[in-house]
Amino acid sequence: MPGADSGGDWRPVADLDTLRRRADLYADIRAFFAARGLLEVDTPALSAAANTDPHIESLVSRSMPGGPRRYLHSSPEFPMKRLLAAGSGDIWQLCKVFRGAEIGRRHNPEFTLLEWYRLGYDHHRLMDEVAELLAELDDSVAAPPTRLGYAEAVADLAGLDAVTADAAQIRQCIADHRVALPEGLGEDRDAWLDLLMASVVAPRFPGDRYTFLHDYPVSQAALARIVPGQPPVAARFEVFRGPLELANGFWELCDAREQRSRFAAECAARAAAGQRALPADERLLAALESGLPDCAGVALGVDRLLMLLAGRDDIREVLAFPHERA
Amino acid sequence: MASYSTNQFKGGLKIMIDGDPCTIAENEFVKPGKGQAFNRVKIRNLISGRVVERTFKSGDTVEAADVMDTEMQYLYSDGEMWHFMDQTSFEQIAAGDAAVSEAKQWLKEEDICQITLWNGEPIAVLPPNFVELKVVETDPGLRGDTAQGGTKPARLETGAVVKVPLFIEEGEVLKCDTRSGEYVSRVK
Repeated sequence: MPGADSGGDWRPVADLDTLRRRADLYADIRAFFAARGLLEVDTPALSAAANTDPHIESLVSRSMPGGPRRYLHSSPEFPMKRLLAAGSGDIWQLCKVFRGAEIGRRHNPEFTLLEWYRLGYDHHRLMDEVAELLAELDDSVAAPPTRLGYAEAVADLAGLDAVTADAAQIRQCIADHRVALPEGLGEDRDAWLDLLMASVVAPRFPGDRYTFLHDYPVSQAALARIVPGQPPVAARFEVFRGPLELANGFWELCDAREQRSRFAAECAARAAAGQRALPADERLLAALESGLPDCAGVALGVDRLLMLLAGRDDIREVLAFPHERA
Repeated sequence: MASYSTNQFKGGLKIMIDGDPCTIAENEFVKPGKGQAFNRVKIRNLISGRVVERTFKSGDTVEAADVMDTEMQYLYSDGEMWHFMDQTSFEQIAAGDAAVSEAKQWLKEEDICQITLWNGEPIAVLPPNFVELKVVETDPGLRGDTAQGGTKPARLETGAVVKVPLFIEEGEVLKCDTRSGEYVSRVK
């Protein structure tokens, strides 16, 4: 445990130099968006609705004893889209978000997210801007980012056709790469793809530059729109440095009806897995019905970016007080 | 039956894998921002000592292993079993060759050892970190050569063979580190 030798768990884990780097990073981020004319916004951390994604554990609070549940936001996406629908124009936000049961070398249950939205951008144009931001913040990278389609990356780095492979073939591919197989995934094709990505594909991304992975399987669209084609793909991207996942972006889904059916599918998946039922965000759906302008948005994990900038391998080393000392 | 969720995984946790008691050596939480979370774990089998990798779907549960470490005094060996005594209850247990394993070459009567019990049965024995043992066999010492390099093997009363400086003679008592198997110093 980093910092364990510093004489008592009241002390910060991150050293002063890293805390200064964090302050500098925030200042650089503010300068970047100010120069580009995006509006900085502030949306609530406590919300009546939750993220229904079965793989996100929303933390629960109450605004008063005995009062109705309020959920700590796992990202500011829904209220930011309500602002966009209300005519805010391009917006950005730097905030703390919360995800339960995520603790490890690269996870802290409360972490700092940078999220921004660009009207009229698609995911490719937004990837350009993420690359510009990273070039501004990180002068350690000489090589330009690599851009890879999801299917291309899986074919090149794991030797598998991600479009046609069924769960058993993905499982076999993981086993062929000498990764221990878990039990309990069954025929959950997306879970097998997630394991393939985390244990075979991403570890083969170059460590000396950023990798932009784009055009995800439609089953992993999350909040991205689907681009028709052969095959159709989700207009989603992720940013990695080596295997470290840094950011996730979408050419946003603007269709209220499609969004409602994705929420319903998530709620059904939660019920099937025996997870707690959560209230979907009706105010977001109302905003989409009233009209979300065509836009792309991205969320970037600031603590992980700071890990890279400060050369740290454990997220606790960039946090003043990680979960264990909070 | 007691069990642990992957959320409780951490180094040292004792769990059952394929019917054998194991200890978690390393636990890495792996999760894409959107998608299934996993725990990739390195596990040491407490009986065979082998380390294997396992992947768990996060949130799954694993049976707990009823394993505890306890301090006991080594009494004697009858050639087949090694006998230990709990110094508070005076209860005695006998450990077989597989449990005593590497430790047996360091076991001296009355020394306090750490015994790992699984369902009350000894599965592993750890000798004290430092032991003091008499040299029973080594080549004659070279007089005057007390400082400069060079080592030779010396057999100790418990059977262990350690490298010692050339000036060490039979009958001397040596302090040894059982973790590295190395000579530390002479005991006056």
